[in-house]
Amino acid sequence: MTEAATKPRAAGLTRSQMAWRAAQDIPDGAFVNLGIGMPELAAQYVPEGRQVTYHSENGILGFGEGPAPEDVDWDLINAGKKPVTLNPGASIFHHADSFAMIRGGHIDLALLGAFQIAPNGDLANWRAGNEGIPAVGGAMDLVSGAKAVWCITEHTTKTGEPKLVESCSYPLTGIKVVSRIYTNLGVVHIEDGRFVLKAVAPGVTPEEVAEKTGAFLDISGEIERIAPPA
Amino acid sequence: MTKAMGVTRPVMTAEEALADVKDGATVLIGGFGGSGNPVELIHALIDQGARELTVVNNNAGNGEVGLAALIREGRVAKVICSFPRSAASHHFNEAYLNGRIELETVPQGTLAERIRAGGSGIPAFYTRTSVGTPLAEGKPVATFDGRDYVQERAITGDLALVKASRADRCGNLQFHLAMRNFGPIMCMAATCAVVQADEILEPGEMDPEQVVTPGIFVNRLVHVPGAVQEQVLFEQGARYP
Repeated sequence: MTEAATKPRAAGLTRSQMAWRAAQDIPDGAFVNLGIGMPELAAQYVPEGRQVTYHSENGILGFGEGPAPEDVDWDLINAGKKPVTLNPGASIFHHADSFAMIRGGHIDLALLGAFQIAPNGDLANWRAGNEGIPAVGGAMDLVSGAKAVWCITEHTTKTGEPKLVESCSYPLTGIKVVSRIYTNLGVVHIEDGRFVLKAVAPGVTPEEVAEKTGAFLDISGEIERIAPPA
Repeated sequence: MTKAMGVTRPVMTAEEALADVKDGATVLIGGFGGSGNPVELIHALIDQGARELTVVNNNAGNGEVGLAALIREGRVAKVICSFPRSAASHHFNEAYLNGRIELETVPQGTLAERIRAGGSGIPAFYTRTSVGTPLAEGKPVATFDGRDYVQERAITGDLALVKASRADRCGNLQFHLAMRNFGPIMCMAATCAVVQADEILEPGEMDPEQVVTPGIFVNRLVHVPGAVQEQVLFEQGARYP
């Protein structure tokens, strides 16, 4: 585990704990695409006994962990351009087939990072403003094609600005696409165009989560207390 | 019909295979990062000297070899790609930020589908991808069954540069692991598909059931045994020329 993944914080979940919490909800039998960064961490926390097949945009279904250094083959990499291995039952295909899996609605779940999310499900996660070099990769395909799009992200930016906002000010990746959000403060679902709090991190109150959310957050329902493993 | 060998493709040197590339050509270059990147063919294109090229690739080069070197040498007028930034895409970044290179950013699946369409006689298609985003601006939108879709146009190339692990002399191809990525669809979409292969077999030596790209999509073969890997060159700090 990296230092950033284990660094303690004042309140709420670490990056690893966020990934662990999201992993608990990945259903048995799912074909899943994990975004680069924190979403990738979720793979190691999927509960024992669940069958999950991971898709990589460059053309792999069923990739596994990174290889030992002596087994690295740079023609077997994932979308983050890191070396991977193949699990039993894996398959390899060309790029148009890979994206037909995404765009044709065959991938059950995309777990992605986010810059901003709005209560109507709009997502901005490819470009923070209009400066610099626009690079989109497969983000727009994933959000428009996967059967479910969940985000995993800090609840606020490094400067404390909410990432769950009334409407996205950054360039959009997709409209009305996100259904769940896993943050360091809790789990938020999007229901009928509203943010609804479903779970809170240890040491955090629903009111605190609402205060750090940039749009209305419904905290009236049943709310799980997240109990991450020690 | 008599039992005859299929149409074969010429096996050429890289220099011969690229001798007729013209300035302003659109070049489809296979590879995703270093995987499947036809480094030897790109270096032959640098030596050949064509300028004002439009390059279609998923990325925009890394380090000082391959596509990054082609850009550094000032040969590329425009890049059509999904993700130009990488750990060492400094030559593209610098050229773009100084206005010396044009960029068309395309969602990765739309890029693949545009290439597949180009090789399949489909001039345009509609997709959900990018609806309501800046990348849909200026493109026709149509509603099918109550949902909006963006029209995207096919991509074709004058030339494709593709890396395969094995070819037979009829142009049938096989690919090692995930080097396949854009190779098959780029061969389909180019007027002249040039393929470098580690191994070149005689007709009949490749099991027809195991052919990934049929030779009809391939025009010229270049035998490159022990081809280099872009990522390995990058880690060695290599530079071309």
